[in-house]
Amino acid sequence: MNAPAAPLSPYSSALGKSNIETHTLSVLVDNEPGVLARVVGLFSGRGYNIESLTVAEVAHAEHLSRITIVTTGTPEAIEQVGHQLERLVPIHKVTDLTLRGAALERELAMIKVAGTGEARVEALRLAEAFRARVIDASIESFIFELTGNVSKIDQFVELMRPLGLVEVSRTGVAAMSRGKDPI
Amino acid sequence: MQMSGAEMVVTALKDQGVDTLFGYPGGAVLPIYDAIFQQNHVRHVLVRHEQGAAHAAEGYARSSGKVGVLLVTSGPGATNAITGLTDALMDSIPLVCITGQVPTHLIGSDAFQECDTVGITRHCTKHNYLVRSIEDLPRVLHEAFYVAQHGRPGPVVIDIPKDVQFALGTYTGPENIEHKTYKPQLKGDAAKIEQAVRLMASAQRPIFYTGGGVINSGPEASRLLRELVAATGFPITSTLMGLGAYPASGESWLGMLGMHGTYEANNAMHDCDLMIAVGSRFDDRITGRLDAFSPGSKKIHIDIDPSSINKNVKIDLGIIGDCAHVLADMLELWRARRLKADAAALALWWETIKRWRARKSLAFKTSSQIIKPQLAVQRLYELTRGRDTYITTEVGQHQMWAAQHYHFEAPNRWMTSGGLGTMGYGLPAAIGVQMAHPDSLVVDIAGEGSILMNIQELSTAVQYRLPVKVFILNNEYLGMVRQWQELLHGGRYSESYSAALPDFVKLADAYGAHGIRCSDPADLDAAIMEMIETPNVVVFDCRVDKSENCLPMIPSGKAHNEMILPDMEEDLQSAIDAAGKMLV
Repeated sequence: MNAPAAPLSPYSSALGKSNIETHTLSVLVDNEPGVLARVVGLFSGRGYNIESLTVAEVAHAEHLSRITIVTTGTPEAIEQVGHQLERLVPIHKVTDLTLRGAALERELAMIKVAGTGEARVEALRLAEAFRARVIDASIESFIFELTGNVSKIDQFVELMRPLGLVEVSRTGVAAMSRGKDPI
Repeated sequence: MQMSGAEMVVTALKDQGVDTLFGYPGGAVLPIYDAIFQQNHVRHVLVRHEQGAAHAAEGYARSSGKVGVLLVTSGPGATNAITGLTDALMDSIPLVCITGQVPTHLIGSDAFQECDTVGITRHCTKHNYLVRSIEDLPRVLHEAFYVAQHGRPGPVVIDIPKDVQFALGTYTGPENIEHKTYKPQLKGDAAKIEQAVRLMASAQRPIFYTGGGVINSGPEASRLLRELVAATGFPITSTLMGLGAYPASGESWLGMLGMHGTYEANNAMHDCDLMIAVGSRFDDRITGRLDAFSPGSKKIHIDIDPSSINKNVKIDLGIIGDCAHVLADMLELWRARRLKADAAALALWWETIKRWRARKSLAFKTSSQIIKPQLAVQRLYELTRGRDTYITTEVGQHQMWAAQHYHFEAPNRWMTSGGLGTMGYGLPAAIGVQMAHPDSLVVDIAGEGSILMNIQELSTAVQYRLPVKVFILNNEYLGMVRQWQELLHGGRYSESYSAALPDFVKLADAYGAHGIRCSDPADLDAAIMEMIETPNVVVFDCRVDKSENCLPMIPSGKAHNEMILPDMEEDLQSAIDAAGKMLV
């Protein structure tokens, strides 16, 4: 889902010439019907990129949900993304965790691998090295549960590919800034 | 207080100070129409198409500073209103649109006249609600008015299923409605305002570039803007949407800027060393070629919407806040610090501007044989000058000629579709304006193409005795399309000739309005006076030069200092290069 090369247009902004970066945004929203559609619609309507998006309620009594979005774009475009999100009425707060620095990012993945013999043993050995848990096993398959940052999961999935990878389900990134302060 | 959902709607409108409502009944809003029938606080205007209701509400809102309200039924009622809602979103007009919906248990079943109204309008409203429970209805009704008018104004949709309209519940008034999340910042950052006035005091070639935000902020913002311009002596230009905030007769006025703006305004924007943007959004009609936009200037941008700052153009100093608040603080600081503009530099700057002005970029060749469209607007201006007049327009050449040749002295007097460019806006908007200002003269400057997009609203005007004047600059062409085809497509006028036009005089007659036709410049003044003095709705078929181009013009893809002036018209065909041709 990388940004397409900027078309050459006399209206192309001078702003659009900087480098493409990946940022993680944390968005606190009122958990009301349609709020996710508003956020996703904003990204598609304005041509922004979504690399990953997770959402879940984080405070039931206050009806608060937290959306974590990983997006790519120029620093200026990402600043716009933040401001455009802030315009949505049910949004409490938008924080660019990447700009704040030192954020922790984790993703959970389930990885199904099928095979027998040496491949099966090798898959299990690698899973141990990655600290993946076996959450389902049959004579011909495993399902591993792995938590970590995106690159760790990418790496594990690549290793499983020749060993009988069947399918992968990933949650997308959840993120939080380090230290005692909230976003 | 116990009442039905339908009664809550009408009660909330009354409590919000709404006196006028534009709408069209249908199955899913019958309970609300029944509640309207049984009260006398809110007057309902029956339009002839829901798009008309939305534009009428816009005209009402723009000319009165209040929230415009419309009421439409589910399905086609809602989808017909979409263009008006989008128009209001683009031009930041506060609207509350109440739509009926099929009963909650039928939602999602593809019921008769069902559509996913909140889904469809999510992208063309500032916010929208589907009210599934009577308990939520009073809060949502009041919250919608809050959201529509606070911050950057915009349209809000409330979708109310029919069973919720019938349900009984407890009504609560607008008191103590505080929004949980939406709290726009009104006051600008003091340190940034200090920086701004310092920049202004040291500027050599400053310019104010103001927009619709000044009008939205209210009459106080216009008053403060005038004071600040007077205190500094800086030149000022405005976008299409901002006309009237600073008077056209004011000595610092450069005229409108942008694609069809004046030579002096655009050159001053290009050559300035300090730009003070107030409530304007650096739209592509304004900036022209972005990488050549005002290359040597520092840019201050005052706007209530943080996303407007740095969106299209890199800003040096962004001040987030309401125009009136920020202008008041700037003015106070300018005086408290005893700041002065650099008089010598400013005098030189004005000398340069006067040289540009001497090019007379709005000049046109007059004719004794044929009415030039610019002349028609000029005569309309002269003959309505000093009267209590409101102008609306449709979209196209006539709109630009109106912006260039009709001069506005006050805010809220000029209603036009700027951002979305909606043909068919002007007549319903004029109806809305006339409802808000029953004794004023309201003129829709129209084209023969645009007017046919919502001509049915003549019937509304006649029914409510709203004596709007439809002044059609009839050149038998979709003129702006024709002009671009001349510029870009070798004069191949594909589908831009308005064949089979109705006889507008007979059409007026058929609707019960008064029709006037004029094609001789010698008769023009008398015909315009007849229009003004007719107490009925008037349709004026003004036959103008068919081939006139709207100039001056920044060709698409060009910079502010590359304008085509009227005396360069022969260069038209070579003015736009291949890259520019791609643009709209």
